[in-house]
Amino acid sequence: MFVTPAFAQEQAPATNETHSLEHAESEAKFPPFDPSFYPSQILWLAITFGLFYIFLKRVVLPRVGGILEVRRDRIAQDLDQAALMKSEADAAVAAYEQELAEAKAKANVIGQQARDGAKADADAERKKVEAGLEQKLAEAEGRIAAIKTAAMKEVGTIAEDTTAAIVQELVGGKADKAAVAAAVKAAQE
Amino acid sequence: MSNDPIHQFHITKLIPIEIGGYDLSFTNSSAFMVATVVAASAFLFLTTSSRGLIPSRLQSISEMSYEFVASMLRDAAGSHGMKFFPFVFSLFTFVLVANLLGLFPYFFTVTSQIIVTFALALLVIGTVIVYGFMKNGIGFLKLFVPSGVPGILVPLVVLIEIISFLSRPISLSVRLFANMLAGHITLKVFAGFVASLSAFGAIGVAGSILPLAMTVAITALEVLVAFLQAYVFAVLTCMYLNDALHPGH
Repeated sequence: MFVTPAFAQEQAPATNETHSLEHAESEAKFPPFDPSFYPSQILWLAITFGLFYIFLKRVVLPRVGGILEVRRDRIAQDLDQAALMKSEADAAVAAYEQELAEAKAKANVIGQQARDGAKADADAERKKVEAGLEQKLAEAEGRIAAIKTAAMKEVGTIAEDTTAAIVQELVGGKADKAAVAAAVKAAQE
Repeated sequence: MSNDPIHQFHITKLIPIEIGGYDLSFTNSSAFMVATVVAASAFLFLTTSSRGLIPSRLQSISEMSYEFVASMLRDAAGSHGMKFFPFVFSLFTFVLVANLLGLFPYFFTVTSQIIVTFALALLVIGTVIVYGFMKNGIGFLKLFVPSGVPGILVPLVVLIEIISFLSRPISLSVRLFANMLAGHITLKVFAGFVASLSAFGAIGVAGSILPLAMTVAITALEVLVAFLQAYVFAVLTCMYLNDALHPGH
């Protein structure tokens, strides 16, 4: 494509005579050491590299630097935000745990109160029941005592009657009531 | 002619220009300089035009090369060296793209011309000298007098330092030039074997498989060399700029 010797040969006569002679010599030279193109090489290198340098310095490098800067800032910002969210989450967990502890304490108190109340109620009930029972017991005992005394009293009368009847049967005739009573009494004692 | 491995380095005039007795023609070399600059600029400009917060693949190539050169310069020359960032980035990109473009068949390799690499090297050394004297004044000459050298040895060491400083543009330019030149000649020679062997019929075609494989392998190697030489050029530029910024050893 670009590297056609025929093309170079055609161009040579277009310049002046000395150049074409130089080129005829330079064909034999090792091309990189051929000084005839040095001015052109240096000039075009200066132009192209100079433009390249300016373009990179003015446009490309600030842009790439900007992209990297923005990304670094964004990452730092995101990290900050993440740290903030983490601390918020930690605070929420702490608050939750505190509330939980409070609720537990409260529940304990309520439970204790309920237990105490129930115990007190039960005690009161028991006391009432016990008091009722004791009263009934006392009444029953009183009644028993009364029955017993009454029975004991009647035992004397029965014994007198029986004694009088026995005496009447055995002895015949009426037994002295007072004597019978005295005798029974004596026997009882 | 087509098998001449030197042929690819010939310069031909596309638009003859002559000013004041100097031949300033627009040549195939100039055309590939323009192509290098246009390709590199267009790539960097277009891939970053969306300014994506989350980069596309191509955008991350541009960003990676930016950060690659930036960290290279910061490591070598410190944060003061960042004022040379556009310069080093341009040099790196220009050399890299010129090297890579040259790998295409029939394309001209700008960096295989000693005058081009020498001009770039002189630009680097010129920047070092001009900036070195601007910033440090006469103190820049301390560059040639390393501290902690016994008095008797100072003249010798200064001489060595001066020679080493003067040889920098030569080594810088010749390294890049020679690598590109040798690689392209080797590539051409092996590729030429393929063509000439194939002319001998079926056996020749079978025999040309080996040089073909070599051509493929060398092409891969040359891609590596293209990167490596651009990197070496940029790293050495950074180190020389560091001398201008901090002349005391």
